[in-house]
Amino acid sequence: MHEVTLEHLKREGRIVVVGASLAGLRAAETIRDKGFTGSLTMIGDEPYEPYDRPPLSKGVLLGKSTAERTALPRRRAIDAEWRLGTAATGLDMAARRVKLADGEEVPYDRLLIATGVRARPWPNAAEGELDGVFVLRTRDDGTALARRLDAGPRRVLVIGAGFTGSEIASACRERGLEVTVAERGDAPLVGALGGVIGAVAAELQRENGVDLRTGVMVTGLEGDSTGRVRAAHLSDGTTLECDVVVVSLGAQRNTEWLAGSGLGAGPRGIACDAGCRAFDIRGIVTDDIYVAGDVARSPHPLFGYQFLSLEHWGNAVSQAETAAHNMLSVSTDRRPHIWVPAFWSSQFGVNIKSVGVPSMGTEIMITQGSRAERRFTGVYGYQGRVIGAVTFDNSRWLQFYQQQIETTAPFPVPFPTVDRRPDGHRPVPADFPDPSVPTHGPTITLSGYSPADRRMTFTPAGH
Amino acid sequence: MLRLVVDLNRCQGYAQCAFLAPDVFAMHGDEGLLYDPQAEEAQRERLAQAAAACPVQAILVDDLDRDLAGVAEARDA
Repeated sequence: MHEVTLEHLKREGRIVVVGASLAGLRAAETIRDKGFTGSLTMIGDEPYEPYDRPPLSKGVLLGKSTAERTALPRRRAIDAEWRLGTAATGLDMAARRVKLADGEEVPYDRLLIATGVRARPWPNAAEGELDGVFVLRTRDDGTALARRLDAGPRRVLVIGAGFTGSEIASACRERGLEVTVAERGDAPLVGALGGVIGAVAAELQRENGVDLRTGVMVTGLEGDSTGRVRAAHLSDGTTLECDVVVVSLGAQRNTEWLAGSGLGAGPRGIACDAGCRAFDIRGIVTDDIYVAGDVARSPHPLFGYQFLSLEHWGNAVSQAETAAHNMLSVSTDRRPHIWVPAFWSSQFGVNIKSVGVPSMGTEIMITQGSRAERRFTGVYGYQGRVIGAVTFDNSRWLQFYQQQIETTAPFPVPFPTVDRRPDGHRPVPADFPDPSVPTHGPTITLSGYSPADRRMTFTPAGH
Repeated sequence: MLRLVVDLNRCQGYAQCAFLAPDVFAMHGDEGLLYDPQAEEAQRERLAQAAAACPVQAILVDDLDRDLAGVAEARDA
């Protein structure tokens, strides 16, 4: 394989994008924006054109839209060859070819991997296949779950009170459905936002009629003679009757297809440099393979150069743009991906937004508003600086705190703020779970040194 | 059909869109926004106004003046 010059690449090169969702689409648009006139191939395992996932756990479950109506708008035409409904199954880095499930091989000069994540399935496969047991990640998942909620189940059980699980519970309550949430940690959202905020999330759930059970695990699901789920067994010995179960135990990275390829890909994602170039298993950065979106793990200078894996909508867009820019730029024109993490969630009528990395925070100050009123700003501190912030119905202040994070402003915040309450003058421990203790249902532990040797040990809930 | 997406990291709940295109956008709680990511052709003008009026320019609509080439492109696949 001879190296093509940049101009030649732009004119008649071959770019392949694996993963036809948000990151893949925005990358493709940026690639064309940069003047790339060669061939562009979009490979996606789902049969649908790129669609937006956030509405699936919000408007779609509320019946305000449908999963079929979530196709993403285009910024421009991308003139691509689409290979939808065909998963990539392998990568030959030396020959620069992507292998597809239908046996075909697609050659590339530059490759972008944006294969994202999938919902972590219920660990007991037979129980997971019971009629009425769902996960929520894809358009098909959204269609199936919305249809079942339309049928008016007697009780929905949501396993896991992260953002997705909490949003599903919220939608159920808004539709008047009985819902139980089982969470192994002490509170909803505790892994992302800590116990101080988790306590507010727990109150929100209970006030809105959710039967929230924390500190418990679901140890088994039981079906009736027709194969429909009818009950769940909990670790506290209780049995809960339910006819819909939604497993919301986080995500797994779609990297299995890269096993044995020599690329630094494994259960934790694909490691890449700040310029979105993938590492191979030797820890050497590749010149022709780029990564973006949920599957990527890249070092962030603002956060101690930690390799951050961000399953955030905004990260997918920003990293895709950077990867696309860099793959068509000479080395000195490349840009680092230094997007400040940000996400939103909407649940129980409250708009929750965050910037930075709250989970790095050791302390939190409620600088504005009050938790009791469900309208506040919480600022997270780490080693004397502002590292993250969260707002509940207070999002207009978030941009200010983002600047604080970007400029490594001191913590505790030394300045007065509008609407500061008496309990907001001093930081308190942010109360994140001890990372050495599993907080979620099933647990994954990793061993092995190089990504190729890495092994994942799965401990199902209840052990 | 028109496709749209709102960058909810940017959205700060000014609700201009909910006033200008109430069949597409609705406030949900004090600050949250709910919207239908696909709008009928009849909403074209209102949607364009909403996108233009958004103080934080968070609304992306498939190029309103263009035949949706991207749609045909994907459907042909």
